[in-house]
Amino acid sequence: MKSACIAFAAFLRREGFWWAVTLAALTPLFWLLWRAASGDLGVDPVNTINNVTGRAAMIALFLSLACTPLSTMFGFHRALTVRKSLGLIAFFYASLHLLNFVGLDYGLNLELIVRDALLSKPYILAGSLAFLLLLPLALTSTRGWMRRLGKRWKRLHRLVYVAGALAVLHFLWQAKAPERWEPMIYGALLSLLLVVRIPRIRRSLSIRSTQAVKNAARANRTWQPSE
Amino acid sequence: MVKISPSEITPEHVYLNRRKFMAAAGAAVGSLALAACSAAPLTGRGATIVEDKPPAAPVRRAENLPPALAHAEPTAGADRDELGDPLNKFEEITNYNNFYEFSTNKEAVAVEAAKFNPYPWQVEVTGLVNNPFVIDIDDIYKRYTQEERIYRLRCVEAWSMVIPWVGFPLASLLKDADPKSAAKYVKFVTVYRPEEMRGQRMNILEWPYQEGLRLDEAMHPLTILATGMYGKPLTNQQGAPIRLVVPWKYGFKSIKSIVTIELTEEMPATTWSTAAPHEYGFYANVNPTVDHPRWSQASERRIGELGRRPTLMFNGYAEEVAYLYEGMDLRRNY
Repeated sequence: MKSACIAFAAFLRREGFWWAVTLAALTPLFWLLWRAASGDLGVDPVNTINNVTGRAAMIALFLSLACTPLSTMFGFHRALTVRKSLGLIAFFYASLHLLNFVGLDYGLNLELIVRDALLSKPYILAGSLAFLLLLPLALTSTRGWMRRLGKRWKRLHRLVYVAGALAVLHFLWQAKAPERWEPMIYGALLSLLLVVRIPRIRRSLSIRSTQAVKNAARANRTWQPSE
Repeated sequence: MVKISPSEITPEHVYLNRRKFMAAAGAAVGSLALAACSAAPLTGRGATIVEDKPPAAPVRRAENLPPALAHAEPTAGADRDELGDPLNKFEEITNYNNFYEFSTNKEAVAVEAAKFNPYPWQVEVTGLVNNPFVIDIDDIYKRYTQEERIYRLRCVEAWSMVIPWVGFPLASLLKDADPKSAAKYVKFVTVYRPEEMRGQRMNILEWPYQEGLRLDEAMHPLTILATGMYGKPLTNQQGAPIRLVVPWKYGFKSIKSIVTIELTEEMPATTWSTAAPHEYGFYANVNPTVDHPRWSQASERRIGELGRRPTLMFNGYAEEVAYLYEGMDLRRNY
Protein backbone atom coordinates (compact mmCIF):
# COMPACT_ATOMS: atom_id res chain seq x y z
CA MET A 1 0.00 0.00 0.00
CA LYS A 2 2.69 2.41 1.05
CA SER A 3 4.82 1.56 -1.96
CA ALA A 4 1.81 2.11 -4.24
CA CYS A 5 1.40 5.56 -2.70
CA ILE A 6 5.07 6.32 -3.22
CA ALA A 7 4.88 5.10 -6.82
CA PHE A 8 1.80 7.25 -7.42
CA ALA A 9 3.48 10.29 -5.89
CA ALA A 10 6.47 9.70 -8.12
CA PHE A 11 4.16 9.41 -11.14
CA LEU A 12 2.43 12.65 -10.20
CA ARG A 13 5.78 14.41 -9.83
CA ARG A 14 6.91 13.09 -13.17
CA GLU A 15 3.74 13.28 -15.27
CA GLY A 16 1.08 14.96 -13.14
CA PHE A 17 1.57 18.32 -14.83
CA TRP A 18 1.26 16.82 -18.30
CA TRP A 19 -1.94 14.97 -17.39
CA ALA A 20 -3.48 17.95 -15.61
CA VAL A 21 -2.87 20.28 -18.56
CA THR A 22 -3.94 17.73 -21.17
CA LEU A 23 -7.16 16.85 -19.36
CA ALA A 24 -7.91 20.53 -18.75
CA ALA A 25 -7.39 21.23 -22.46
CA LEU A 26 -9.85 18.45 -23.27
CA THR A 27 -12.63 19.75 -20.99
CA PRO A 28 -14.40 21.60 -23.84
CA LEU A 29 -14.61 18.25 -25.64
CA PHE A 30 -15.98 16.46 -22.55
CA TRP A 31 -18.45 19.29 -22.04
CA LEU A 32 -19.69 19.02 -25.63
CA LEU A 33 -19.98 15.22 -25.40
CA TRP A 34 -21.88 15.48 -22.15
CA ARG A 35 -24.26 18.05 -23.61
CA ALA A 36 -24.72 15.92 -26.73
CA ALA A 37 -25.43 12.81 -24.64
CA SER A 38 -28.08 14.65 -22.63
CA GLY A 39 -29.59 16.03 -25.85
CA ASP A 40 -28.82 19.60 -24.83
CA LEU A 41 -26.69 21.14 -27.57
CA GLY A 42 -28.96 24.19 -27.69
CA VAL A 43 -31.45 25.40 -30.28
CA ASP A 44 -28.83 25.32 -33.02
CA PRO A 45 -26.40 22.42 -32.29
CA VAL A 46 -24.32 23.23 -35.39
CA ASN A 47 -23.72 26.71 -34.00
CA THR A 48 -22.96 25.42 -30.50
CA ILE A 49 -20.39 22.91 -31.76
CA ASN A 50 -18.96 25.55 -34.07
CA ASN A 51 -18.51 28.08 -31.26
CA VAL A 52 -17.04 25.67 -28.72
CA THR A 53 -14.59 23.91 -31.05
CA GLY A 54 -13.45 27.12 -32.73
CA ARG A 55 -12.64 28.87 -29.47
CA ALA A 56 -11.09 25.73 -27.95
CA ALA A 57 -8.81 25.33 -30.99
CA MET A 58 -7.54 28.90 -30.73
CA ILE A 59 -7.05 28.85 -26.98
CA ALA A 60 -5.16 25.52 -27.11
CA LEU A 61 -3.02 26.90 -29.95
CA PHE A 62 -2.19 30.05 -27.98
CA LEU A 63 -1.38 28.02 -24.86
CA SER A 64 1.01 25.87 -26.89
CA LEU A 65 2.58 29.08 -28.24
CA ALA A 66 3.01 30.32 -24.66
CA CYS A 67 5.12 27.31 -23.64
CA THR A 68 8.42 28.42 -25.14
CA PRO A 69 8.38 31.97 -23.71
CA LEU A 70 7.31 30.56 -20.34
CA SER A 71 10.38 28.37 -20.39
CA THR A 72 12.95 30.80 -21.77
CA MET A 73 11.78 33.94 -19.98
CA PHE A 74 10.35 32.75 -16.74
CA GLY A 75 12.37 29.59 -16.35
CA PHE A 76 9.23 27.50 -16.24
CA HIS A 77 10.71 24.63 -18.18
CA ARG A 78 7.92 22.19 -17.42
CA ALA A 79 5.80 24.11 -19.90
CA LEU A 80 7.83 22.52 -22.68
CA THR A 81 6.49 19.09 -21.73
CA VAL A 82 2.95 20.10 -22.75
CA ARG A 83 3.76 22.12 -25.88
CA LYS A 84 3.25 19.25 -28.29
CA SER A 85 0.17 17.93 -26.51
CA LEU A 86 -1.47 21.39 -26.60
CA GLY A 87 -0.58 21.81 -30.26
CA LEU A 88 -2.12 18.46 -31.17
CA ILE A 89 -5.22 19.23 -29.12
CA ALA A 90 -5.55 22.54 -30.99
CA PHE A 91 -5.36 20.61 -34.27
CA PHE A 92 -7.92 18.11 -32.97
CA TYR A 93 -10.41 20.92 -32.14
CA ALA A 94 -9.73 22.55 -35.51
CA SER A 95 -10.54 19.21 -37.18
CA LEU A 96 -13.83 18.93 -35.26
CA HIS A 97 -14.60 22.54 -36.21
CA LEU A 98 -13.99 21.72 -39.88
CA LEU A 99 -15.94 18.44 -39.77
CA ASN A 100 -18.90 20.22 -38.17
CA PHE A 101 -18.80 22.84 -40.93
CA VAL A 102 -18.41 20.37 -43.79
CA GLY A 103 -20.72 17.66 -42.42
CA LEU A 104 -23.40 19.06 -40.17
CA ASP A 105 -23.59 22.61 -41.53
CA TYR A 106 -23.10 22.00 -45.27
CA GLY A 107 -24.28 18.36 -45.33
CA LEU A 108 -21.15 17.27 -47.29
CA ASN A 109 -22.44 19.23 -50.28
CA LEU A 110 -19.05 19.93 -51.87
CA GLU A 111 -20.42 22.08 -54.68
CA LEU A 112 -22.17 24.31 -52.14
CA ILE A 113 -19.09 24.43 -49.90
CA VAL A 114 -16.95 25.67 -52.77
CA ARG A 115 -19.44 28.09 -54.32
CA ASP A 116 -21.30 29.30 -51.25
CA ALA A 117 -18.50 29.24 -48.69
CA LEU A 118 -14.94 29.08 -50.00
CA LEU A 119 -15.44 31.44 -52.91
CA SER A 120 -17.77 33.94 -51.29
CA LYS A 121 -16.87 34.00 -47.61
CA PRO A 122 -13.34 35.34 -47.08
CA TYR A 123 -13.38 34.17 -43.47
CA ILE A 124 -13.94 30.59 -44.62
CA LEU A 125 -10.93 30.91 -46.89
CA ALA A 126 -8.81 32.21 -43.99
CA GLY A 127 -9.98 29.40 -41.71
CA SER A 128 -9.36 26.75 -44.36
CA LEU A 129 -5.83 28.04 -44.96
CA ALA A 130 -5.14 28.01 -41.22
CA PHE A 131 -6.23 24.37 -41.09
CA LEU A 132 -4.13 23.45 -44.13
CA LEU A 133 -1.07 24.99 -42.45
CA LEU A 134 -1.69 23.11 -39.20
CA LEU A 135 -2.04 19.77 -41.00
CA PRO A 136 1.67 19.21 -41.85
CA LEU A 137 2.62 20.44 -38.37
CA ALA A 138 0.41 17.83 -36.74
CA LEU A 139 1.76 15.12 -39.07
CA THR A 140 5.39 15.99 -38.32
CA SER A 141 4.93 16.35 -34.57
CA THR A 142 6.56 12.98 -33.79
CA ARG A 143 10.15 12.49 -32.62
CA GLY A 144 10.86 10.52 -35.78
CA TRP A 145 9.92 13.42 -38.04
CA MET A 146 11.80 15.84 -35.81
CA ARG A 147 14.95 13.77 -36.33
CA ARG A 148 14.35 13.27 -40.03
CA LEU A 149 13.76 16.98 -40.72
CA GLY A 150 16.54 18.23 -38.43
CA LYS A 151 16.94 22.00 -38.73
CA ARG A 152 14.13 22.18 -41.26
CA TRP A 153 11.66 20.99 -38.58
CA LYS A 154 11.95 24.24 -36.68
CA ARG A 155 11.56 26.28 -39.84
CA LEU A 156 8.52 24.26 -40.90
CA HIS A 157 6.90 24.64 -37.50
CA ARG A 158 7.21 28.40 -37.65
CA LEU A 159 4.14 28.12 -39.93
CA VAL A 160 2.16 27.96 -36.70
CA TYR A 161 2.51 31.76 -36.41
CA VAL A 162 0.87 32.21 -39.81
CA ALA A 163 -1.83 29.68 -38.91
CA GLY A 164 -2.52 31.56 -35.67
CA ALA A 165 -2.81 34.87 -37.49
CA LEU A 166 -5.14 33.35 -40.10
CA ALA A 167 -7.28 31.86 -37.33
CA VAL A 168 -7.65 35.29 -35.70
CA LEU A 169 -8.55 36.79 -39.09
CA HIS A 170 -11.07 33.98 -39.62
CA PHE A 171 -12.68 34.80 -36.27
CA LEU A 172 -12.61 38.57 -36.86
CA TRP A 173 -14.04 38.50 -40.39
CA GLN A 174 -17.16 36.59 -39.45
CA ALA A 175 -17.95 38.80 -36.43
CA LYS A 176 -20.48 41.61 -36.56
CA ALA A 177 -19.26 45.02 -35.45
CA PRO A 178 -20.63 44.77 -31.87
CA GLU A 179 -19.00 41.36 -31.44
CA ARG A 180 -15.52 42.25 -32.67
CA TRP A 181 -14.15 42.76 -29.17
CA GLU A 182 -13.70 39.02 -28.72
CA PRO A 183 -11.57 38.31 -31.81
CA MET A 184 -9.69 41.54 -30.98
CA ILE A 185 -8.73 40.05 -27.62
CA TYR A 186 -7.54 36.88 -29.36
CA GLY A 187 -5.58 39.05 -31.77
CA ALA A 188 -3.97 40.96 -28.91
CA LEU A 189 -2.98 37.70 -27.17
CA LEU A 190 -1.45 36.32 -30.36
CA SER A 191 0.41 39.60 -30.97
CA LEU A 192 1.84 39.42 -27.47
CA LEU A 193 2.97 35.82 -28.03
CA LEU A 194 4.61 36.86 -31.32
CA VAL A 195 6.20 40.06 -30.00
CA VAL A 196 8.04 38.24 -27.20
CA ARG A 197 9.63 36.10 -29.93
CA ILE A 198 11.26 39.07 -31.67
CA PRO A 199 14.97 38.46 -30.92
CA ARG A 200 15.70 41.91 -29.46
CA ILE A 201 12.66 41.90 -27.21
CA ARG A 202 13.25 38.29 -26.23
CA ARG A 203 16.80 39.07 -25.21
CA SER A 204 15.95 42.11 -23.13
CA LEU A 205 13.13 40.23 -21.39
CA SER A 206 15.35 37.18 -20.83
CA ILE A 207 18.14 39.22 -19.21
CA ARG A 208 15.72 40.67 -16.76
CA SER A 209 14.26 37.29 -16.04
CA THR A 210 17.66 35.62 -15.59
CA GLN A 211 18.39 38.38 -13.12
CA ALA A 212 15.09 37.62 -11.45
CA VAL A 213 15.94 33.93 -11.30
CA LYS A 214 19.30 34.74 -9.71
CA ASN A 215 17.66 37.04 -7.20
CA ALA A 216 15.09 34.41 -6.38
CA ALA A 217 17.79 31.79 -5.95
CA ARG A 218 19.74 34.10 -3.60
CA ALA A 219 16.58 34.81 -1.64
CA ASN A 220 15.93 31.13 -1.50
CA ARG A 221 19.38 30.41 -0.12
CA THR A 222 19.09 32.97 2.64
CA TRP A 223 15.65 31.74 3.48
CA GLN A 224 16.51 28.03 3.58
CA PRO A 225 18.53 27.96 6.87
CA SER A 226 15.61 29.27 8.83
CA GLU A 227 13.53 26.31 7.60
CA MET B 1 -35.37 70.08 -43.77
CA VAL B 2 -33.70 70.37 -40.40
CA LYS B 3 -35.23 68.08 -37.84
CA ILE B 4 -35.27 68.98 -34.18
CA SER B 5 -35.27 66.06 -31.82
CA PRO B 6 -36.97 66.45 -28.43
CA SER B 7 -33.61 66.03 -26.71
CA GLU B 8 -32.44 69.27 -28.37
CA ILE B 9 -35.35 71.29 -27.07
CA THR B 10 -35.38 69.82 -23.58
CA PRO B 11 -32.26 69.53 -21.43
CA GLU B 12 -31.41 65.86 -21.13
CA HIS B 13 -31.90 65.52 -17.38
CA VAL B 14 -35.37 67.06 -17.56
CA TYR B 15 -36.17 64.84 -20.51
CA LEU B 16 -35.01 61.74 -18.65
CA ASN B 17 -36.88 62.72 -15.50
CA ARG B 18 -39.98 63.23 -17.52
CA ARG B 19 -39.54 59.78 -18.95
CA LYS B 20 -39.13 58.37 -15.44
CA PHE B 21 -42.18 60.27 -14.24
CA MET B 22 -44.20 58.97 -17.14
CA ALA B 23 -43.06 55.43 -16.43
CA ALA B 24 -44.04 55.80 -12.77
CA ALA B 25 -47.35 57.38 -13.71
CA GLY B 26 -47.93 54.58 -16.17
CA ALA B 27 -47.19 51.99 -13.51
CA ALA B 28 -49.54 53.74 -11.07
CA VAL B 29 -52.34 53.88 -13.62
CA GLY B 30 -51.64 50.26 -14.52
CA SER B 31 -51.84 49.15 -10.92
CA LEU B 32 -55.06 51.09 -10.43
CA ALA B 33 -56.48 49.44 -13.51
CA LEU B 34 -55.41 46.06 -12.20
CA ALA B 35 -56.94 46.82 -8.82
CA ALA B 36 -60.15 47.91 -10.51
CA CYS B 37 -60.30 44.63 -12.37
CA SER B 38 -59.86 42.45 -9.32
CA ALA B 39 -62.82 41.73 -7.11
CA ALA B 40 -60.71 41.79 -3.94
CA PRO B 41 -60.96 44.98 -1.88
CA LEU B 42 -58.09 47.47 -1.98
CA THR B 43 -56.26 46.93 1.27
CA GLY B 44 -53.10 48.91 0.77
CA ARG B 45 -51.87 46.52 -1.89
CA GLY B 46 -52.17 49.13 -4.57
CA ALA B 47 -49.67 51.40 -2.87
CA THR B 48 -46.97 48.77 -2.62
CA ILE B 49 -47.16 47.69 -6.25
CA VAL B 50 -45.57 50.91 -7.49
CA GLU B 51 -42.64 50.65 -5.10
CA ASP B 52 -42.15 46.93 -5.57
CA LYS B 53 -39.90 45.67 -8.31
CA PRO B 54 -41.83 44.66 -11.41
CA PRO B 55 -42.84 41.00 -11.47
CA ALA B 56 -40.26 38.62 -12.88
CA ALA B 57 -42.38 37.78 -15.90
CA PRO B 58 -45.28 39.72 -17.36
CA VAL B 59 -48.61 38.35 -16.28
CA ARG B 60 -51.46 38.94 -18.69
CA ARG B 61 -54.91 38.15 -17.51
CA ALA B 62 -56.59 35.87 -20.01
CA GLU B 63 -59.82 37.90 -19.96
CA ASN B 64 -57.97 40.96 -21.32
CA LEU B 65 -56.64 39.03 -24.25
CA PRO B 66 -58.35 38.47 -27.59
CA PRO B 67 -59.16 34.82 -28.37
CA ALA B 68 -56.22 34.56 -30.81
CA LEU B 69 -53.79 35.23 -27.93
CA ALA B 70 -55.61 33.59 -25.03
CA HIS B 71 -54.36 30.01 -25.37
CA ALA B 72 -52.84 28.40 -22.30
CA GLU B 73 -50.56 26.18 -24.34
CA PRO B 74 -48.72 26.99 -27.60
CA THR B 75 -51.32 26.59 -30.33
CA ALA B 76 -51.14 27.01 -34.09
CA GLY B 77 -53.79 26.65 -36.78
CA ALA B 78 -51.51 24.61 -39.05
CA ASP B 79 -48.30 22.67 -38.64
CA ARG B 80 -46.69 23.76 -41.92
CA ASP B 81 -46.11 26.88 -44.00
CA GLU B 82 -47.51 27.19 -47.53
CA LEU B 83 -44.35 25.58 -48.94
CA GLY B 84 -44.93 22.48 -46.83
CA ASP B 85 -42.17 23.07 -44.28
CA PRO B 86 -42.94 22.34 -40.63
CA LEU B 87 -43.23 25.10 -38.01
CA ASN B 88 -40.33 25.54 -35.67
CA LYS B 89 -41.00 24.55 -32.09
CA PHE B 90 -42.11 27.15 -29.55
CA GLU B 91 -38.94 26.44 -27.53
CA GLU B 92 -36.69 26.98 -30.55
CA ILE B 93 -38.33 30.27 -31.47
CA THR B 94 -38.19 31.60 -27.91
CA ASN B 95 -34.62 30.53 -27.12
CA TYR B 96 -32.74 31.73 -30.19
CA ASN B 97 -33.20 35.47 -30.49
CA ASN B 98 -31.21 38.36 -31.82
CA PHE B 99 -32.20 41.16 -29.46
CA TYR B 100 -29.04 43.09 -28.64
CA GLU B 101 -30.94 45.21 -26.11
CA PHE B 102 -30.63 42.17 -23.84
CA SER B 103 -27.61 40.23 -25.06
CA THR B 104 -25.60 39.57 -28.19
CA ASN B 105 -25.78 35.85 -27.35
CA LYS B 106 -28.88 34.46 -29.05
CA GLU B 107 -29.39 31.80 -26.41
CA ALA B 108 -28.92 34.19 -23.47
CA VAL B 109 -31.55 36.71 -24.58
CA ALA B 110 -34.46 34.73 -23.09
CA VAL B 111 -32.83 34.74 -19.64
CA GLU B 112 -31.81 38.42 -19.77
CA ALA B 113 -35.27 39.43 -21.02
CA ALA B 114 -37.10 37.72 -18.14
CA LYS B 115 -36.69 40.87 -16.02
CA PHE B 116 -38.31 43.09 -18.64
CA ASN B 117 -41.87 44.17 -17.83
CA PRO B 118 -43.61 45.45 -20.95
CA TYR B 119 -46.97 46.27 -19.35
CA PRO B 120 -48.51 48.80 -19.40
CA TRP B 121 -47.50 49.73 -22.95
CA GLN B 122 -48.39 52.48 -25.34
CA VAL B 123 -47.56 53.00 -28.99
CA GLU B 124 -47.42 56.51 -30.40
CA VAL B 125 -48.32 57.03 -34.05
CA THR B 126 -47.01 60.40 -35.12
CA GLY B 127 -45.30 62.46 -37.81
CA LEU B 128 -46.88 63.26 -41.17
CA VAL B 129 -50.38 62.05 -40.32
CA ASN B 130 -53.72 63.83 -40.10
CA ASN B 131 -54.72 61.87 -37.03
CA PRO B 132 -51.79 61.27 -34.67
CA PHE B 133 -52.64 59.08 -31.68
CA VAL B 134 -51.30 57.14 -28.73
CA ILE B 135 -52.82 53.72 -28.25
CA ASP B 136 -52.62 51.28 -25.35
CA ILE B 137 -51.71 47.68 -26.10
CA ASP B 138 -55.05 46.51 -24.67
CA ASP B 139 -56.84 48.82 -27.11
CA ILE B 140 -54.70 47.48 -29.94
CA TYR B 141 -55.94 43.98 -29.07
CA LYS B 142 -59.54 45.23 -29.12
CA ARG B 143 -59.44 47.52 -32.12
CA TYR B 144 -57.55 45.30 -34.58
CA THR B 145 -58.59 41.72 -35.22
CA GLN B 146 -55.66 39.51 -34.23
CA GLU B 147 -55.07 36.76 -36.76
CA GLU B 148 -52.49 34.04 -37.32
CA ARG B 149 -49.83 34.42 -40.02
CA ILE B 150 -47.35 31.61 -40.64
CA TYR B 151 -44.20 33.23 -42.02
CA ARG B 152 -40.63 32.22 -42.69
CA LEU B 153 -38.06 34.36 -40.88
CA ARG B 154 -34.66 34.60 -42.55
CA CYS B 155 -31.88 36.10 -40.44
CA VAL B 156 -29.07 37.97 -42.16
CA GLU B 157 -26.77 35.50 -40.34
CA ALA B 158 -28.09 32.81 -42.75
CA TRP B 159 -30.37 30.80 -40.47
CA SER B 160 -34.13 30.63 -40.70
CA MET B 161 -37.30 29.49 -38.94
CA VAL B 162 -41.02 29.08 -39.68
CA ILE B 163 -43.07 31.01 -37.12
CA PRO B 164 -46.84 31.14 -36.50
CA TRP B 165 -47.22 34.82 -35.62
CA VAL B 166 -50.39 36.41 -34.34
CA GLY B 167 -50.95 40.01 -35.34
CA PHE B 168 -52.65 42.39 -37.72
CA PRO B 169 -51.73 44.31 -40.86
CA LEU B 170 -49.68 47.44 -40.16
CA ALA B 171 -51.79 49.03 -42.90
CA SER B 172 -54.88 49.02 -40.62
CA LEU B 173 -53.09 51.08 -37.99
CA LEU B 174 -51.59 53.44 -40.56
CA LYS B 175 -54.99 53.99 -42.19
CA ASP B 176 -56.36 55.04 -38.80
CA ALA B 177 -53.59 57.62 -38.56
CA ASP B 178 -54.37 58.83 -42.09
CA PRO B 179 -50.93 59.58 -43.57
CA LYS B 180 -50.52 62.97 -45.25
CA SER B 181 -49.63 62.96 -48.92
CA ALA B 182 -46.08 64.11 -48.09
CA ALA B 183 -45.45 60.94 -46.05
CA LYS B 184 -43.10 58.60 -47.93
CA TYR B 185 -41.54 56.49 -45.20
CA VAL B 186 -42.39 54.95 -41.84
CA LYS B 187 -39.90 55.05 -38.99
CA PHE B 188 -40.11 52.67 -36.02
CA VAL B 189 -38.43 53.07 -32.65
CA THR B 190 -37.85 50.44 -29.94
CA VAL B 191 -38.40 51.27 -26.28
CA TYR B 192 -35.40 52.76 -24.45
CA ARG B 193 -35.13 51.30 -20.95
CA PRO B 194 -31.48 50.83 -20.04
CA GLU B 195 -32.48 49.92 -16.47
CA GLU B 196 -34.28 46.85 -17.76
CA MET B 197 -32.28 46.26 -20.93
CA ARG B 198 -28.68 45.44 -20.14
CA GLY B 199 -27.51 45.76 -23.73
CA GLN B 200 -28.68 49.38 -23.88
CA ARG B 201 -26.20 50.22 -21.11
CA MET B 202 -23.44 49.08 -23.45
CA ASN B 203 -22.07 50.87 -26.43
CA ILE B 204 -22.71 48.08 -28.94
CA LEU B 205 -25.21 49.88 -31.17
CA GLU B 206 -26.81 53.31 -31.20
CA TRP B 207 -29.84 53.16 -28.89
CA PRO B 208 -32.76 53.16 -29.16
CA TYR B 209 -32.98 50.76 -32.09
CA GLN B 210 -34.61 52.27 -35.16
CA GLU B 211 -35.94 50.78 -38.34
CA GLY B 212 -37.79 52.02 -41.37
CA LEU B 213 -39.90 51.01 -44.35
CA ARG B 214 -41.01 52.74 -47.49
CA LEU B 215 -44.72 53.61 -47.13
CA ASP B 216 -45.77 51.13 -49.83
CA GLU B 217 -43.80 48.36 -48.07
CA ALA B 218 -45.44 49.33 -44.78
CA MET B 219 -48.91 49.25 -46.37
CA HIS B 220 -48.30 45.86 -48.01
CA PRO B 221 -50.78 43.23 -46.72
CA LEU B 222 -47.93 40.86 -45.74
CA THR B 223 -46.46 43.44 -43.36
CA ILE B 224 -47.87 42.91 -39.88
CA LEU B 225 -47.51 44.16 -36.36
CA ALA B 226 -47.21 40.97 -34.33
CA THR B 227 -48.57 40.79 -30.78
CA GLY B 228 -48.21 37.07 -30.28
CA MET B 229 -47.00 33.74 -31.48
CA TYR B 230 -48.36 30.19 -31.18
CA GLY B 231 -51.60 31.63 -29.83
CA LYS B 232 -49.96 33.40 -26.88
CA PRO B 233 -48.75 36.96 -26.33
CA LEU B 234 -45.18 37.60 -27.51
CA THR B 235 -42.48 36.62 -25.05
CA ASN B 236 -40.13 39.41 -23.98
CA GLN B 237 -37.26 37.96 -26.01
CA GLN B 238 -39.39 38.18 -29.17
CA GLY B 239 -40.13 41.87 -28.70
CA ALA B 240 -43.15 42.00 -26.39
CA PRO B 241 -45.70 43.34 -26.50
CA ILE B 242 -45.68 44.44 -30.15
CA ARG B 243 -43.18 44.15 -32.99
CA LEU B 244 -42.94 44.45 -36.72
CA VAL B 245 -42.79 41.39 -39.00
CA VAL B 246 -41.78 41.90 -42.65
CA PRO B 247 -41.29 38.34 -43.90
CA TRP B 248 -39.49 39.14 -47.17
CA LYS B 249 -36.75 41.15 -45.44
CA TYR B 250 -33.88 40.03 -43.21
CA GLY B 251 -34.89 39.61 -39.59
CA PHE B 252 -33.22 42.78 -38.32
CA LYS B 253 -35.80 44.87 -40.20
CA SER B 254 -38.55 43.38 -38.01
CA ILE B 255 -38.00 45.76 -35.10
CA LYS B 256 -39.09 44.65 -31.62
CA SER B 257 -40.88 46.26 -28.65
CA ILE B 258 -42.09 49.27 -30.65
CA VAL B 259 -43.06 52.52 -28.89
CA THR B 260 -43.07 54.98 -31.79
CA ILE B 261 -44.28 54.79 -35.36
CA GLU B 262 -43.54 58.00 -37.23
CA LEU B 263 -44.38 58.87 -40.82
CA THR B 264 -41.68 60.88 -42.52
CA GLU B 265 -40.85 62.44 -45.84
CA GLU B 266 -37.15 61.52 -45.75
CA MET B 267 -35.77 57.99 -45.63
CA PRO B 268 -35.19 57.38 -41.91
CA ALA B 269 -31.80 56.31 -40.59
CA THR B 270 -31.83 52.69 -39.45
CA THR B 271 -29.64 51.29 -36.68
CA TRP B 272 -27.71 48.66 -38.62
CA SER B 273 -27.18 50.73 -41.74
CA THR B 274 -25.82 53.47 -39.46
CA ALA B 275 -23.50 51.01 -37.68
CA ALA B 276 -22.18 49.40 -40.89
CA PRO B 277 -23.48 51.22 -44.01
CA HIS B 278 -21.62 49.06 -46.52
CA GLU B 279 -22.96 45.85 -44.95
CA TYR B 280 -26.58 46.66 -44.18
CA GLY B 281 -28.79 48.77 -46.37
CA PHE B 282 -32.19 50.34 -45.89
CA TYR B 283 -34.04 47.74 -47.95
CA ALA B 284 -32.41 44.51 -46.66
CA ASN B 285 -34.64 42.33 -48.83
CA VAL B 286 -33.84 38.62 -48.61
CA ASN B 287 -31.95 38.06 -51.85
CA PRO B 288 -29.79 35.01 -52.61
CA THR B 289 -28.07 36.85 -55.48
CA VAL B 290 -26.82 39.80 -53.44
CA ASP B 291 -24.19 38.76 -50.93
CA HIS B 292 -23.34 40.37 -47.64
CA PRO B 293 -19.83 41.79 -48.12
CA ARG B 294 -18.42 39.10 -45.85
CA TRP B 295 -20.59 36.10 -46.66
CA SER B 296 -22.88 34.60 -49.27
CA GLN B 297 -26.63 34.83 -48.82
CA ALA B 298 -27.34 32.01 -51.29
CA SER B 299 -28.05 29.36 -48.66
CA GLU B 300 -29.40 29.13 -45.15
CA ARG B 301 -29.72 26.64 -42.33
CA ARG B 302 -33.26 26.01 -41.13
CA ILE B 303 -33.16 25.73 -37.34
CA GLY B 304 -33.91 22.11 -36.45
CA GLU B 305 -32.37 20.78 -39.66
CA LEU B 306 -28.88 19.70 -40.61
CA GLY B 307 -27.40 20.71 -43.92
CA ARG B 308 -28.47 23.76 -45.90
CA ARG B 309 -31.30 24.81 -48.13
CA PRO B 310 -31.19 27.40 -50.89
CA THR B 311 -32.39 30.86 -49.90
CA LEU B 312 -35.43 31.94 -51.92
CA MET B 313 -35.82 35.30 -53.62
CA PHE B 314 -37.69 37.64 -51.24
CA ASN B 315 -37.69 34.69 -48.81
CA GLY B 316 -40.26 32.91 -50.98
CA TYR B 317 -42.65 35.87 -51.17
CA ALA B 318 -41.51 37.13 -54.60
CA GLU B 319 -44.93 36.66 -56.16
CA GLU B 320 -46.47 38.94 -53.56
CA VAL B 321 -43.81 41.63 -53.24
CA ALA B 322 -41.51 41.71 -56.28
CA TYR B 323 -43.60 44.47 -57.91
CA LEU B 324 -42.59 46.87 -55.12
CA TYR B 325 -39.03 46.88 -56.47
CA GLU B 326 -39.64 46.89 -60.22
CA GLY B 327 -36.98 48.84 -62.05
CA MET B 328 -34.79 49.11 -58.96
CA ASP B 329 -31.18 47.91 -58.92
CA LEU B 330 -31.34 45.56 -55.94
CA ARG B 331 -27.57 45.20 -55.93
CA ARG B 332 -27.25 48.90 -55.22
CA ASN B 333 -30.36 49.11 -53.02
CA TYR B 334 -29.32 46.26 -50.71
